[in-house]
Amino acid sequence: MALEHEHFFFRGGIHPHGHKELTSSSPIQTAPLLDKYYVILQQHIGAPPNLVVKDKDLVKKGQMLAEPGGFVSAPVHAPTSGEVKLLDWHSSSGVKLPAVQIDADGADEWAPDIHPCPDWENREPAKLREKIARAGVVGMGGAAFPTAVKLSPPPNKKIDVLILNGAECEPYLTADHRLMLESPEKILQGAAILAKVLGVKTVLLGIEQNKPDAIAKLSGLAKSGGVTVVPLRVMYPQGAEKQLIFALTGRKVPAGGLPMDVGCVVQNVGTAAAVADAVVEGKPLIERVTTITGSPVVRPGNWRLRIGTTLAEALTLVGGIKSQPAKLLLGGPMMGHAQTSLDTPVAKNSSGILLLSHDEVAQYGSQACIRCGRCVDVCPMSLMPGPLSVMIESERFELADYAHATDCVECGCCAYVCPSLRPLVQHLRRGKAEIIAKRKKGK
Amino acid sequence: MLNLMLLSVGVIALMAALLGLVIGFAARAFAVEQDPRVEEVAENLPGANCGGCGFAGCADLAKALVGGMASPAACPVCSAIARGKISEILGLAANAVVKQVALVRCGGGSGKAAFKTGYNGVSDCKSATLVASGAKGCNYGCLGLGTCARACPFGAIEISDGLAIVHPRLCVGCGKCVEACPKKLIKLVPESAEVHVLCNSPEKGPAKKKVCEVACIGCRKCAKAAEEGQIHINGFLAEVNYGNPPLAGLVGAAGCPTGCLARAKQREETA
Repeated sequence: MALEHEHFFFRGGIHPHGHKELTSSSPIQTAPLLDKYYVILQQHIGAPPNLVVKDKDLVKKGQMLAEPGGFVSAPVHAPTSGEVKLLDWHSSSGVKLPAVQIDADGADEWAPDIHPCPDWENREPAKLREKIARAGVVGMGGAAFPTAVKLSPPPNKKIDVLILNGAECEPYLTADHRLMLESPEKILQGAAILAKVLGVKTVLLGIEQNKPDAIAKLSGLAKSGGVTVVPLRVMYPQGAEKQLIFALTGRKVPAGGLPMDVGCVVQNVGTAAAVADAVVEGKPLIERVTTITGSPVVRPGNWRLRIGTTLAEALTLVGGIKSQPAKLLLGGPMMGHAQTSLDTPVAKNSSGILLLSHDEVAQYGSQACIRCGRCVDVCPMSLMPGPLSVMIESERFELADYAHATDCVECGCCAYVCPSLRPLVQHLRRGKAEIIAKRKKGK
Repeated sequence: MLNLMLLSVGVIALMAALLGLVIGFAARAFAVEQDPRVEEVAENLPGANCGGCGFAGCADLAKALVGGMASPAACPVCSAIARGKISEILGLAANAVVKQVALVRCGGGSGKAAFKTGYNGVSDCKSATLVASGAKGCNYGCLGLGTCARACPFGAIEISDGLAIVHPRLCVGCGKCVEACPKKLIKLVPESAEVHVLCNSPEKGPAKKKVCEVACIGCRKCAKAAEEGQIHINGFLAEVNYGNPPLAGLVGAAGCPTGCLARAKQREETA
C-alpha cells in the first residue's frame, strides 16, 4: 500500500544535518508545576481573543482566560489554578501583546466545566468541531492556525483526504517523533475524530524514513483504524503543507491557493493528539511537547511543558547550559524565530527551544548575488529567490509580486545553500510584508 | 550618368519640399496651445522631482500651479525667492511659508543606547524591524541602518555613530524620510525651533533608562522651566509644542537630567 505513494517527490529541497540524535531517544518528561505562568492571549493566526477574566480573579486549571474574537480565532486557557494578573508582554517582534500572568496556588485543580466525551463516535460532527474550537486547539506544527477553522471548509470545497503530518523535517526537533512513539493510540484516536468531523474516508499519515521506529509502531496500530502510514523521503521541507500533499497524493495546490482547493486538510500529529485530549477527555490545550535542545544544553530532552512556561524555566529543567549560546530560537534552526529574552513564554506552537553555540552560527557578511542558480534549484515553491531578493533589495515590489514573491513559505532552503551568504529569506519576508501591505491599502 | 544623379537629387529635393509643406501645415492645423507660464514656473521649481508636493514631479506641479490646482506653498523644497517668483508669474500674493526641516527624535547613538542582541542581517531599517523589531534595546529608537538616508533625495541625512543626523541646511522638508522610517521617529519641525526633545519612546521612565542613557524619563523639569504650553508631557514623554516653541535658553534653565532636551544647533555642530 505504501509503495504506490513513493512516486511523488516534491521539487527542490535540501539535506541539512538533522542533529536529532541529541533528543530522539529521550522519553517525554513532564515538567513540574511552576510558581508563575505567562500566557499570551494571541497565540494563533487570526483575530485576537477577548479577555474574560479580571485582575486578581481566581481561576482553575483549564478555565478559559480569553474567548475567540472572531471566526478565525482561538481561546486560551489557564495552565494551572491560581490568581490572575493582567500584563503587557513585549514580544520578540517588539509589539506589546496583552498577556495573563497566573500565580499558581499549588492545588492545580481542574475547572468544573471539563466534560469528557468517551462516546464521541455517536456525536454530531458539528458538536465535535465545537468541542475542538472551545478547547483552543491550533496547528501545533508551527503556524498556529485555529484547527476548528480548518475543519470548516466552505460548502463548495469537497474534502476527501485527511493528511496527518508526522514528517518533522525540521532539524533538531523530535517532539512529534517521541509523541508518535509514546502516544500512538492518542494520535490515531485524534485522527479518527478529525476524519469524522470532515467526513473523509482516506486518512494518510506521512512519516519521514529517518524515523523507522515510529513508522513500524504506527503501521502496526493503524491497520485497524483505516489510517495508511506512508514513509516519506528524507528531505527538508518534506513537512511543509503543500510539499506533503504533493508527496502523498500527487496533487498540486495552485499558486496562492489552500490545501482545501485540492480536497485535502493537513493536521500535525501533535494537533491530532490535542484533538483527542480536547474531545475524549474534554481537556483544553494547556500543554504541549517541546524539544529543548542544542549543543550548549546540558541534558537535551523532550518535555511536556505547560503553555506559559518561560524559556528560563524550561532551560532549568534540562540542567541549564554548559557553554555560552550565541542564538536562542523558538522552533527549529530553519524556520524558528530568534528570541532576545529568556522571559519569552512557551506558546501553543513552540515545537522546540533551540540553543546554538558560536561555532554553529554564521557571522559572515552577505555579498552580491553571483547568479549561480542554486537557490532556484532548491526552492520547493519553484521561485527564483536570488533575483527576487535583488528586486526587493532595490524596492521593486511590483516586480517581485509579479514573480510570485508571496508564494514563498520562508523555509530557508535558498539561504542555506547560497554561496554568497545572502539573507534571502529576510529579503523575501520584507518583500512579502510590503506587497501585502500594498494590497491591503489598495482594497 | 549625370542625368541619373540630377534626377535623384531632384526627386529628393521635391520630396523634401512636399513633406516640409505637410509638416508646416500640420504644425499650424494641429498646434497645441500651451500656457507659456508652465515653462516659466517649472524653471523656478527645484527640478529634483522629489514628489514632496504630492504630484508626479516638478513639471506636473507646474501644470497644477498654472491650472490653479495647487498653491506655491505646495512645494516644500522651493526657496522663498523662487516661491516669490512663482507667485509673481501666477499673479498671486506671495505669503511667507515657514520652512520645515526633518528631526530625528532619538539621541541614542552607539555607546548611549543598549543593544538587546546582535544583528548581521540585511543592512536596512525596514528589514531589520522584521527580525525582533531591530537589535536595539529600545523598540522605538533609531536603528542607524540608514533607510532614511537612502530615501533622502537631497543627501541631507548622514548616519553618524549609529544614529541618523539631519543637516538642516541641506534638508528641504520634503518628508521622504518621514515615510521611510519604520520606527516613525522622524518628524517635520519648523527650522526656527531651537529646542527639541530627542526621544520617541512612550515606555515608562525606568524601563527607558535601562536601555538608553539619553532617553526622556518624563521628569517634567523642562515643562516646569518652560512657559505654559510650550512643552506637553504625554505619559512619560515630553513633547515640544512647535506652535509655541521654547527659546534656546530653556536647555540650560531646565537642566534635563539625561540630556535628551537639546538644541538643534548643537546637533548640527557636532555632526
